[in-house]
This record gives sequence, structure tokens and C-alpha cells, in this order.
Amino acid sequence: MGDPINLIGDWLRNLMTGWGLPENLATFILTVMGVVVMASFLLILDIALVWLERKVVARFQDRIGPNRLGPFGIIQPFADIIKLLIKEDITPQGADRIIYNIAPLFALATVLMMWAVIPFAPTILGADVNVAVLYIVATGAVGTLGVIMAGWASNNKYALLGAFRTVAQMVSYEVPMVIALLIPVLLARSMGLQAIVDAQQPWFILVAPLAAAIFLVTSIAELGRAPFDINEAESEIVAGFHIEYTGMKFGLFYAGELLHALTVSALVATLFLGGWRGPFVDQVPILGVFYLFVKAFLIYYVIMWIRYSFPRLRIDQMLGFSWKFLTPLALVLLILTAILDKAMEGATPLVYTLVMLGMNILLVWATVQVLRTYARVERRRVAERRPVATATEADFKELIGQE
Amino acid sequence: MSVYQIVFLITAVVTLGAAVMVVSARSLVHSALWLILALFGVAVTFALLSAPFFTVVQVVIYIGAISILMIFAIMLTRRVMQDTGPGVNQGWWMALLLSFLLFGGLAWMLSTWEGFGTALPALPEGVDQVKALGVALVSPNAYVLPFEVASVLLLAALIGSIVVAWEKK
Repeated sequence: MGDPINLIGDWLRNLMTGWGLPENLATFILTVMGVVVMASFLLILDIALVWLERKVVARFQDRIGPNRLGPFGIIQPFADIIKLLIKEDITPQGADRIIYNIAPLFALATVLMMWAVIPFAPTILGADVNVAVLYIVATGAVGTLGVIMAGWASNNKYALLGAFRTVAQMVSYEVPMVIALLIPVLLARSMGLQAIVDAQQPWFILVAPLAAAIFLVTSIAELGRAPFDINEAESEIVAGFHIEYTGMKFGLFYAGELLHALTVSALVATLFLGGWRGPFVDQVPILGVFYLFVKAFLIYYVIMWIRYSFPRLRIDQMLGFSWKFLTPLALVLLILTAILDKAMEGATPLVYTLVMLGMNILLVWATVQVLRTYARVERRRVAERRPVATATEADFKELIGQE
Repeated sequence: MSVYQIVFLITAVVTLGAAVMVVSARSLVHSALWLILALFGVAVTFALLSAPFFTVVQVVIYIGAISILMIFAIMLTRRVMQDTGPGVNQGWWMALLLSFLLFGGLAWMLSTWEGFGTALPALPEGVDQVKALGVALVSPNAYVLPFEVASVLLLAALIGSIVVAWEKK
């Protein structure tokens, strides 16, 4: 009784085979129905995300947020949607019409595609592919393509700049992200997300907290959210890649971004917070959906918290952060995890977790020491008198060739 | 004809059509986007052959990395994005002839191979293909030497790019 989804699925399958449909056709129809139900559920959830986002950002900025329509402004997102739908739909002059129009679809559809492999409960998941982790990376990369297409097709310099920045950001942040993703794969001995959830006793956040942190940071960078939102930096390139989009086309980008944030949260929850794991989930599988979304929204809140608390980074700082800090750290972490994992073959889970946790804490401590040394050197360098400032008046006259 | 074959034929037509568009499209960015569609078609073909690992690797590497870098390079060269000259030169028939000869030769060679006409063998149940691939890559009886050579080559390329980009003080 604890699994209504599969119950309905079986009932429908029996109904259809009862009508004389062949078995594989029934499976095909059920799969299509599953996709439609899942996508609709997520898109409806997306409407709630708009409200949540606006309400939370308002609180972070010491405002009240939407409060006019319905209790706590809960009808506000519907008003937003109506507004977006009745706005004039503009395609700028000189834009590449076809690419311009499919780019927003790309941005939203690739996010929806990621949910195909996320397990909702022990018995409820879209596809249990054995390469789910790589699939996530692949869909993320295709999603970036939507941003690039939008930036190029808009025939706008700001949009093109936004697209450039996106590429630089994505190419560099994908490296530490993939390395961080390797750690849960290594711990679970599988790339399938269901297998990774099954292996989480205890949760991987205790075994590999640093990997979780690196994955979260790099995911936020791939999302293009503050502090990594240089691809749409309002103060520099106005709105970057979606500067020319109006009405619902912009709405698709916006919905895609919000849903992508929730997707990343669900991924962090699945990979590091035990996914659908929770009390009584073995008896009542549907509870797993509830646990997954509770954990996902917890991470979603953290992402919003980071977004509204940090200023935007400069592009050189961002790329430096990825290449000089996150990538080496992730590599060292991966090597240490692999060595310790091999060395502790046959250890009890408690010892295993404690040693891994200790290794992570030691690595954080070492990193902080290195950073402090670096900061000291950097402060000294900045504090030094610069060559231009130390030039005397005579030097200056010599420089410009006057006496 | 099974559903499987229909899907394969659609994929093949889309892949080949996109590949033709890559060489005939006027705008370089369009060519790159058609190339992405063609590479997607190849990924779908891998999926049809029940090779999920190759499917996602095809997407990650060819679409996620190579194509995006190509688009990046193309977008940086604004002037060549719209080429107004003729799309072909006088030697077009030679290229056509050569490609037909190559295709015909390959098709003929494959048709003489015994595996050409047989149906796809079903994979044994319960075998983790990814694990098998990973073991094969590092097993001394299988592909450890090519794997290591490729790693060394990539490392050399990495170091080389650092040397090229090194700022001389």
C-alpha cells in the first residue's frame, strides 16, 4: 500500500493488456505517461519555486516580498505567468530566428532530462542506468549549449559576451565537478544513482564532506548563480545571454534556472545526503519522495543563502578559484580517498567513516594553512610600493623625455 | 520491421542529414550546431547497441567539450561567421567520387564479414558492462598498454600547453 505510483502503473498495465494491447506497447505508453507526469509535476513545482525564491530573497534583503495576492502572496507566481504570457514576443532584428527560438527550450528541457535518473524512492525512479553520474555531467554540458545558442543568436554584443563567459566558466568548473563526483562513485563502487543511494550507510556527507562541498560549489558555478553569475552580470553586461528575450521565452530561462537549482539540490541530496533514505522508508516506499524533497529543499535553501550573501566574483578570480584551488584540492582528495579506501578493506563501517572523516578534516586544515601562507605572501606583495609610485620626479622627467 | 529497426533508420537518416548540413551550411555556427546533431545521432546509435557508457561519453566529450570549444572559437572570429563566397570549388566532383568510393569500399568490405548479417547477440544478464570495461582497461592481458600510452600522451599535451602558455619573465 506504500507505493501508489507503481500500484497505479500496474493497474493501468493490466487494464491495457486486458483491452488486448500487446505487452511492449503497454510498456511504451506507460513510459510516455510516466515522462509526462514527472515533467508536469516538476513544472508545477517550478511555479512554487518562483514564489519561494521571491519570498526568501526578500527576507534576505530585509523586505517582505510578494504579499498582496492571496495569503503570503501565494498567488503571485500565477500573476507573473499571466504577465509573461501576454507580453509582446520580440525577435530582434538580425537574430538567427530558429536558434534564437530553440535556445530557451534547450535550457529548460535539459534540466528536466536530469530528473530521469534521480531515484525518488526504493521503487520509484525513471531509469536505473549504470552510468547515471556521467549522464548528469553530459546533460549539464548540453544545457550550457542552450545558453551559448541564446547568446550567439540574439545578435547582441552583451549577449555574446555572456555566452563567452559561460563557456569559460563551464569548461573550468566541470573539471573539479567531475573529480568530486568520482568520490561517491568510488565509495559506492557504481555509477548508478540507485546503487549510490543503496550504499549510503552512513550518508556520504560523513565520509566525504569535502567532496560534497566541492560538488555544491562547482554546481552553483554551472548554474550560473551568484556569486558565479558573471554570465548575466546585470551591472556589467546588463543581463548577458537573455538580454533580448521577452515574455515567456525569458520565462523559460527563468524557470529553467530555478528548476536547475532544485535539480542540483536533489543531486547533492542523492549523492551525499542519502537520497530517499529515512525512517520507515523500507515499509512505505512513498515516504522516500518526501525525504528526498525535504533534503533537496534544505540544499536549495543553502544555495539561495549563498546566492544572496556573496557579491559577484570577477572572472579572473572565478577561473583562478577553479584552476588553482578547487581542481588541485579535488585531485588530492580523490587520491587520498582512493588510497584510504584500499587500505581499509574489511574495516567496520564505523572505523571506515571515522578515518575518512578525519582525513577530510586534516585536508581542510592543511588547505587552510596553505591559504594563510598564500594570503600572507599576497598581502606583502600588495603592500609593497609599486614601481610607478616609487619613481622620483627626476625619473619621471627622464621617462617622458623633458628636462 | 521491428520498432528497433525503425528507430535505427530514423537515427541514421538524421545523423547523415545533419552531417551533410555540416559541410553545406553557410554559417559556421550553423555548421557547428549541425555537427552537434550528427554527434547526437552517433550517441543514439551507441544507445541502440546497448552501450550506455559510450553513449554518455560521446555526449560528454564530443558535445560537452569539443563542440563547445569549436563554437567558442568560431564565435571569437566574428568576420568569418557569414561567408558569402561559393560553397564549392571546381574539385567538388572529385571529392564526391572519392567519398562514394570510400563508402562503397567500406560497405563491400563489411558485407564480406561474417558478422554483417547476424542479429545482435543479447548481452548476458547481470554483467556490469562498465566494470568489465574498467577492468579491461587496466588488465595486463587486455588494454593496459594502449591505455597507459594514451595517458602519457595526454599528460605530454597538458604539459606542452602549459609550456606554450607560460609567461616568460
